[in-house]
Amino acid sequence: MGHAFQMSALPLMTCGLRTLAALLFVAAVGGVPAATQPVAPPATIAAAANLNFALTEVAERFKRETGTSVTLVFGASGTLTRQIQDGAPFEMFLAADEEFPAQLAAAGLTRGAATVYAVGQLVIFSPTGSPLIADASLAGLARLARAGGVSRFAIANPAVAPYGRAAEAVLRKRGLWVTLQPALVLGDSITQAAQFATTGNAVGGLLAYSLVLAPGFADRGTYAVIPAADHPPLRQAMVLLPAAGPVATAFYAYMRRDAARSILRKHGFSVPE
Amino acid sequence: MDWTALRVSLALGAGTIAILLPLGVWFGRLLAGRDFPGKLLVEALVTVPLVLPPTVLGFYLLVTFGARSPLGQAFQAVVGHALPFSFAGLLLASVIANIPFMVQPIQRGFEAIPGDVRDAAACCGLSPWQRFLRIELPLAWPGVLSGAILTFAHTLGEFGVVLMVGGNLPGQTRTLSVAIYDRMQAFDDHGAGVMAATLLVIAVATLMITTALSRRASLRRV
Repeated sequence: MGHAFQMSALPLMTCGLRTLAALLFVAAVGGVPAATQPVAPPATIAAAANLNFALTEVAERFKRETGTSVTLVFGASGTLTRQIQDGAPFEMFLAADEEFPAQLAAAGLTRGAATVYAVGQLVIFSPTGSPLIADASLAGLARLARAGGVSRFAIANPAVAPYGRAAEAVLRKRGLWVTLQPALVLGDSITQAAQFATTGNAVGGLLAYSLVLAPGFADRGTYAVIPAADHPPLRQAMVLLPAAGPVATAFYAYMRRDAARSILRKHGFSVPE
Repeated sequence: MDWTALRVSLALGAGTIAILLPLGVWFGRLLAGRDFPGKLLVEALVTVPLVLPPTVLGFYLLVTFGARSPLGQAFQAVVGHALPFSFAGLLLASVIANIPFMVQPIQRGFEAIPGDVRDAAACCGLSPWQRFLRIELPLAWPGVLSGAILTFAHTLGEFGVVLMVGGNLPGQTRTLSVAIYDRMQAFDDHGAGVMAATLLVIAVATLMITTALSRRASLRRV
């Protein structure tokens, strides 16, 4: 597909302004490129980055069962919260914690209260070839840090990402927070932290269990699940926003059905009763 | 390959040119002309988007037009949606970010026209409007075309402002550059790679064309 475009890119540019004029027409007529409309317009849903794979699967299943679809936009919960405050047209928000939805509800920017849909888990991840031994008590990380072998260690930014806050809590509990300061690389979201941890730029990182279980992650390294008692629980809440249409409302209900819950469980979340 | 994102990018590039081209020709010619009080400041303001980080523009746009600002609320009341996180908001950000890319080449194009050509045209009894259309614009044409092409290419490459002001809404504000970021976050290296190669090809082609144009222009003048 990329090839097809390369073939057409050059004539497009050489035609210069005439082509551009044609493009102007495209912009004028279809300023917002029209999507083909199915039965009901898809609902636009904002979701925490750690849901990237689990929620995509839930959405596919939802589409198969209901014939309506949702458009998922992933990002750090804090970033998405800020965007909702600034007027982003989302209909539903699935956060990586309870605080961000509560904050929106307190500001009157939601429809109804938030509900917890999943509890996330944190893992320590060591990419293939890294000297880091991933274990639940972080003993391997502590040893490597003492030996001065931690050049870079990836976590999500605690300021905007709940998984970053959990990572900070674990590192503080193990007395590694201060030691590791100069080595920490902060991802904008937990997926960006995962990028840092897997592309060989870091000896490892504290990531979401749901990401490590993703298909693209399978052979990239080893991991160990951090005990839930080592950090404040990663209770993830969802909330409907004032713009919610019927599809978003249906999806909200669907998230608490068995089908969605079993998908969440498969992706490393525990699901509240 | 995310064709919707490519369409958003192309529409954004075309829309930015549609708005900036007339303004750029008018303003570039004005700046190429004689000095006026405050010209230095005006030229600095035209150039400043070139050196500012995109986050500065993004910050001001969100603060000014976000749903929590009075201006943003007024816009929302009239139009029905907030200006940020919409194609229109993205277009506004893009127009501001691209001012130097459009105005500077056009200004250079008009500056390159020798003063005696202008005088001769005036002596022949052409009206200012005729002089502009028949003499100046054809001579400055390579500059105008460079400005338009550079603007188009830069719009396709814009990332920071788009992510900040537009978010990542498919079909609305997810441009090709944001789609690459989005695919990377989903560990879809293949998808990201195809789109990155597409943008690379467009960028190289664009620069080749602008270079060829400016070379032809300078040959003609010798």
